[in-house]
Amino acid sequence: MPEQASPPPLSAPAPRPIFEARGLTKVYQMGEVRVEALRGVDLDLYAGELVVLLGPSGSGKSTLLNILGGLDTPTSGTVRYAEHDLTVDDDAAMTQYRREHVGFVFQFYNLIPSLTARENVALVTEISQNPMTPEEALALVGLAPRMDHFPSQMSGGEQQRVAIARAVAKRPQVLLCDEPTGALDAQTGVMVLEVIARVNRELGTTTVVITHNAVIAAMADRVVHFGDGQVVRIERNASRKAASELSW
Amino acid sequence: MRAIDRKLWRDLWHMRGQAVAIALVVMCGVGTYVMFLSTLGALRATQDDYYREYRFAEVFATLKRAPESLRARIAAIPGIERVETRVVEPVRLDMPDFPEPVSARMVSLADDAPHGLNGLHLRAGRLPLPGRADEVVVSTPFAKAHTLHPGDRFHAILNGRRQALTVVGTALSPEFVQQLRPGSAFPDPKRYGVMWMGRKALGQAYDLDGAFNDLALSLRPGADAQDVIDRVDALITPFGGLGAYARKDQLSHRFLTQELDQLGTLATLFPTMFMGVAAFLLNVVISRLVTMQREQVATLKAFGYGNGAVIAHYLKLVAMIAGSGVLGGTALGVWLGYALSGIYMEFYYFPWLRFSLQTQTVLEAAGASFAAAGAGTVVAVWRAASLSPAQAMRPEPPPRYRETLVEKLGIKRWLSQPTRMILRHIWRKPLKSALTVLGIALACGIILTGLFQRDTVGYMMNVHYGMAQREDLSVAFTEPTAYRARFDLAGLPGIEHVEAFRSVPVRLRHGHLDYRTTIRGIEPHGDLQRLLDTELRPVAMPSDGILMTDHLGKILDVRAGDRIVVEVLEGNRPLREAVVAGLVKEYLGVAAYMDLAALNRFMHEGPTISGAWLAVDHAQLQGLYARLKGLPRVAGVAERVQEIRNFNRLMDETMLFFTYVSTVFAVIIAFGVIYNSARIALTERGRELASLRVLGFTRGEIGYILLGELGILTLVAIPLGLKLGEAMCYYIAQTMQTDLFRVPVVLVPQTYAFAVAVVLISALLSGLAVRRRLDRLDLIAVLKTPE
Repeated sequence: MPEQASPPPLSAPAPRPIFEARGLTKVYQMGEVRVEALRGVDLDLYAGELVVLLGPSGSGKSTLLNILGGLDTPTSGTVRYAEHDLTVDDDAAMTQYRREHVGFVFQFYNLIPSLTARENVALVTEISQNPMTPEEALALVGLAPRMDHFPSQMSGGEQQRVAIARAVAKRPQVLLCDEPTGALDAQTGVMVLEVIARVNRELGTTTVVITHNAVIAAMADRVVHFGDGQVVRIERNASRKAASELSW
Repeated sequence: MRAIDRKLWRDLWHMRGQAVAIALVVMCGVGTYVMFLSTLGALRATQDDYYREYRFAEVFATLKRAPESLRARIAAIPGIERVETRVVEPVRLDMPDFPEPVSARMVSLADDAPHGLNGLHLRAGRLPLPGRADEVVVSTPFAKAHTLHPGDRFHAILNGRRQALTVVGTALSPEFVQQLRPGSAFPDPKRYGVMWMGRKALGQAYDLDGAFNDLALSLRPGADAQDVIDRVDALITPFGGLGAYARKDQLSHRFLTQELDQLGTLATLFPTMFMGVAAFLLNVVISRLVTMQREQVATLKAFGYGNGAVIAHYLKLVAMIAGSGVLGGTALGVWLGYALSGIYMEFYYFPWLRFSLQTQTVLEAAGASFAAAGAGTVVAVWRAASLSPAQAMRPEPPPRYRETLVEKLGIKRWLSQPTRMILRHIWRKPLKSALTVLGIALACGIILTGLFQRDTVGYMMNVHYGMAQREDLSVAFTEPTAYRARFDLAGLPGIEHVEAFRSVPVRLRHGHLDYRTTIRGIEPHGDLQRLLDTELRPVAMPSDGILMTDHLGKILDVRAGDRIVVEVLEGNRPLREAVVAGLVKEYLGVAAYMDLAALNRFMHEGPTISGAWLAVDHAQLQGLYARLKGLPRVAGVAERVQEIRNFNRLMDETMLFFTYVSTVFAVIIAFGVIYNSARIALTERGRELASLRVLGFTRGEIGYILLGELGILTLVAIPLGLKLGEAMCYYIAQTMQTDLFRVPVVLVPQTYAFAVAVVLISALLSGLAVRRRLDRLDLIAVLKTPE
């Protein structure tokens, strides 16, 4: 039986978790194949921490991330973000939740190809309550000089940094990154991770990073090991490594 | 501008080829709709205004001769508002510029009441002075045909006296919007015209001073026209009245109404079909375009755009495309509408044209376009948006491919791997494949509807003037004449064969149905005028009873053997019964026929004829015209070739105009559909094809996989399209049956070939365009990004 929960960061005396997942399961019908992506996951996440979900592909970590982000709903179990019940299949409520609280970074960036970097960020800031300007967000990821470039004119690392700027521009409480370095070489990947760590540090955004690259785990407060649709174990790093110290 | 709106503009620019193709389809649909309906609206509004402003009479009657004192008794009939007594006489003219016989209808103008019924719209010059027997106003079309201007002179035979006439003006009248020689189906302003002379002068020329032979009446609002007609008949019958008739039976009005009705049918049917097809294609194409944006929909949703916002975004995109089509189509429709109205103005002599773009027409066309596009968009976006974003961003599960029926039949081993891919792809989404086939088929079919009218008209002409009416000239006498006049004609030099006929104006009644037409008595075993059965075989004239055209049979609801009542509308107007001996096939007109001798017996008259059909030696035609002109009893001469020419002119300028327009539109629609199908297929399968290239397939091979599918669907669509097109043609023909002509469905092989060629060439060009893009597929990029 894996360790269920670990104590909160030392500085914060027993805070309430902002995410609480209990007994989550998710079953897909992929064509003619039935896939059990999650098989009873219990997990708490705390405000401001940087958590790495580590596991081989197909272990269910993306599914969990999608459910946390309100992109998908579990087949059974409960999941709560602050006062939001994320199990309800209510499209309008989920849209509202994503709009107000969550920033996403995807493995393949998912930029809108017909919009420039600045416009891709503006796409989100225009529907947010208290966003930074697209320029600020892009400066944060070090892309101020490339603001008016289209995705097709940028390298993969740059595109991913635009995606991060787009995700954080609305000042979300939660930043969810699905294999943010998966499509990048090591050097570019480190650059992207630096940006993610900086956002976590400077904006205090609760950050969840999915990866199958064990090296990245060193930059996390906590590492959640996934396997076969379940949480295998959770580790707490005594100290977080800076992203620049990582290499693979 | 908001970022999401920028995305809209950029997406639009990115898909400009397809967007233009779709907008063109919409433009053609809207353009046809606006063109036809605004033309129809303009002609109807013009007709109404003209009739009202120029006081077109509502009841007409012709009689032999009645004293002017009868006028007061007619005016006393309840319901009559205004009575105008006139002198109307057929005259023969001797035009200095034209050797053939020319005839005209001379109508008197009230000397004292310039604002009487059937007012003249003077185009040039002035009205004749009262009492001037040498001054006439001539109808504008006649003046045009003979380049007559005020001050020009020509000669006419008035009551047997040759008289010089001076043109003092040219004019139009609501009574002669269509100037047709009685008994002729098509206007011929070179050989037949209308002219007006002062009442007193014309009366004196025809010994009708203080008397009249024609009546025009207007009615009070709410008056019962039939009651008025009955009372008028009672008063004029003793004076040789030929039966009063309402405006609906007035020659010009009836033809005009029928042609406008026919245009109305076409104007509704054609554009509705075009709009329907365009809307259907728009719907299919748009929904497939949007479906391909599934990933972007998911991304927008992941960042907190709601379903409503996403749908609104794509609706805007589609509205831009459909909107530019609607705008372009409206502009095009108005432009073509002006052109088409102008053509009709050449035939219908209206003094002006009330052309205006009706808001309702544009709204209907825009509504249909937006509704079709909107429905396609909403359904497609809804499908993409109702998936959870995680699911929408995930690669779709491998599509379920199956072995196709064709493969299961055991010929699999002869099919290459690419061929199997093509077949399985078509098989996997049968609905989508079926919609593509249906789209191409509709585009193919609509081409036939444009061309079929030309084919059909050619066939009708061939039957009517090649098989049924075969004379060179037809001669009409001023009044029924003794049979021996036939021999006078036969004796003229250059005449090879003569067949006489008798025409009697009648009203045929069967039960409560009745129809005003002419019974033609013809000589049995004639060769110049033949009656045909439904198989187009000559029918022998029965020695007794009436033969009538199948259309008249339908109007009166009679079959062979039925008894009908014949109300003769000349002489002492006897009322008799007759038996319907059978029905004959005629595409033009609504005539009834009897054996000449039987008709003479029926009329209780001796051997009498109204005219004759002649076969002549063409070398002697000019001399013959001079001789015929000299015969006092000859009212007019019609040349068959001329009738054909007149008909062709009418057809060329009206029907063929929209044959061309609709064919061009149909071709654009066909191309738009096929091009879009190919482009969408490329986008949908670009990744798969790029992967195949990476695996070592050649450009030719992947081109074959993609275009092979389009090819197969096109080949399936063509025969279906031809069948659909035939069905549409039958439907058009069904709704176009009028007294003027009935339209058979005839499609010549060239028409089929043309439709097939358009579809094939569109497919080929689209294939080439797509092939160029295939050659530029970015293989690396494809492998780097997820599906």
